[in-house]
Amino acid sequence: MSAPPPHPDTAALDRRDLAWYVDKLVAVLVFVGGVSAVVFIVGIFAFVTHEGWGFVSEHFSLRGFFGSIRWAPTSTSNPTYGALALIAGTASVTGLAMLVAVPFSLGAAIYIAEFATGRTREVLKVLVEMLAAIPSVVWGFIGLSVMNPLIIDVFNVPIGLCVLNSGLILGLMAAPIMTTIAEDALKAVPDTYREAAEALGATRWQVTRRVVLPAARQGLLAAVLLGVGRGFGETMAVLMASGHAINLPTSPFDSVRALTATIAAELGETAVGSTHYQALFALGIFLFVVTFVINLSADLIVRGIRKT
Amino acid sequence: MKNLIALSAALGLLAACSRTDRSGASGGHAVIQNKGSDTLVNVAQAWAEAYKKVDANVAIAVTGGGSGTGIAAIINGTVDIANASRSMKAEEIKTAEAKGVHPKEFIVGYDALAVFLHKDNPIGEVTLAQLASVYGEDGTVTKWSQLGVQVPGCPSDEIIRVSRQNNSGTFVYFKEAVLGEGKDYKLGSRDMHGSKDVADLVSKTPCAIGYSGLAYATPALKVPCVKKADDAACVPPTIASAVDRSYPIARPLFMYTNGEPTGATKGYLDWILSDVGQCIMVNKGYAPARPVKCDG
Repeated sequence: MSAPPPHPDTAALDRRDLAWYVDKLVAVLVFVGGVSAVVFIVGIFAFVTHEGWGFVSEHFSLRGFFGSIRWAPTSTSNPTYGALALIAGTASVTGLAMLVAVPFSLGAAIYIAEFATGRTREVLKVLVEMLAAIPSVVWGFIGLSVMNPLIIDVFNVPIGLCVLNSGLILGLMAAPIMTTIAEDALKAVPDTYREAAEALGATRWQVTRRVVLPAARQGLLAAVLLGVGRGFGETMAVLMASGHAINLPTSPFDSVRALTATIAAELGETAVGSTHYQALFALGIFLFVVTFVINLSADLIVRGIRKT
Repeated sequence: MKNLIALSAALGLLAACSRTDRSGASGGHAVIQNKGSDTLVNVAQAWAEAYKKVDANVAIAVTGGGSGTGIAAIINGTVDIANASRSMKAEEIKTAEAKGVHPKEFIVGYDALAVFLHKDNPIGEVTLAQLASVYGEDGTVTKWSQLGVQVPGCPSDEIIRVSRQNNSGTFVYFKEAVLGEGKDYKLGSRDMHGSKDVADLVSKTPCAIGYSGLAYATPALKVPCVKKADDAACVPPTIASAVDRSYPIARPLFMYTNGEPTGATKGYLDWILSDVGQCIMVNKGYAPARPVKCDG
């Protein structure tokens, strides 16, 4: 007779077969995937700060950076690093883009979520998502070669590379992501709300306006904020369609220059470690902080919804 | 496993390449790394292509990126020849010397900087002073009527200044040659990312004025002749007027090596400066470093 089996502990109960190893491996892989986002964001922030710190600590002044429009980093007699015009450029283009994108994308989201049914809804959803797949350089090209002559002709202005041009394009680029998130927010409103309102005799629009939209308020705000973040960070299309001119815009037909476009246009030919190079990274730090705050607030708002 | 073998083979090849590259020996296989100015990149590629037939043992890898990029690369020792459409700045030479790199300059040709106007623009000649008052920081000209013309298709009369991004060699040369040493551009010019974009935008915008290398001029543009002063002769930008230096805004184009070139690099540079190499330059729309006779 053999000895009685030893008291089994829980680990020994695991069957160490292929499935067990696969399970452990996948657990490690998804952990690495999950943590990598944190590693990358910290790494990128550390890199951008490191490269730009020389400028921030030695040449930075609030008045010189945020209060001056004179961005002339390669001037031999008097190099200055005024970012006001660049910030105004980015803000004006993003602002106009939101004027275009908010009504469009909220309208599309309400139609898809509340009015469209069956096939129409599915086809529309796919098409909206396909709009997000158009590369930004293609949008920029449309701005440069289609919209520029069109704006010159229609509005009788000297040049069509302006806030209006890039704002329209950026609005179309930001609309798909805003539509998708806004639609998710509307879907998250429980059907019992709608049924209760309908039982009281409300029309479809009354249900949407009085019940669904107020209930989805925070999700819609988050959608708009993510769109703003998208607009702030867009580079190529804005570089091509905005005219890339240092200018405080006073009308939609003025050319402007965006923060991102400045970095993209100048970084490639700047000597590594020079003041100009560090100043471009200082612009990068500023952009990073602004988009981070925008995205963080969008995220906090979405979290707020889940709790209620 | 197969992938691993392929990978190590590729790595080995890479190592072999960089070794021959460093030695720069004329015997055996050599790779010359050539990088820099976007103005020169078309010519540099044509040279590299043609040189295959002259010496099959030498391969030339050409990349663009701009004069600043090329100069940075020669300072960091990652290329054998840097192309530049401006000369190295004193501080760049100082950085290079500090790293033990002794840049040697070769003028490989000249480029006439043409002024671009929309084809409907009636202006046929411009003076350097006019250009400076349009582009310069203390210039007062912002309307076409101030230059005595009315441009069809431009009812606003506003001069749309088209320029280049602020670290391109073209931007720097135009600044020094037209605005004067130490002067700056007026803010608000549309700064294009490439000479071709300048030509495109000006050809589609009646109110615009721009500048770029003559090689980028197209039939859709008007290219006025340029006067050094009011009483000087008006010289149109051509290859001939760039060679004899009568055109006022022609700039030399440079190649830089680390110290006196040797081996394959020397052979290549000598060939570039020979009649054959210089005629390739002429065919691409640039002026040669010295007068040459080319057929065709």
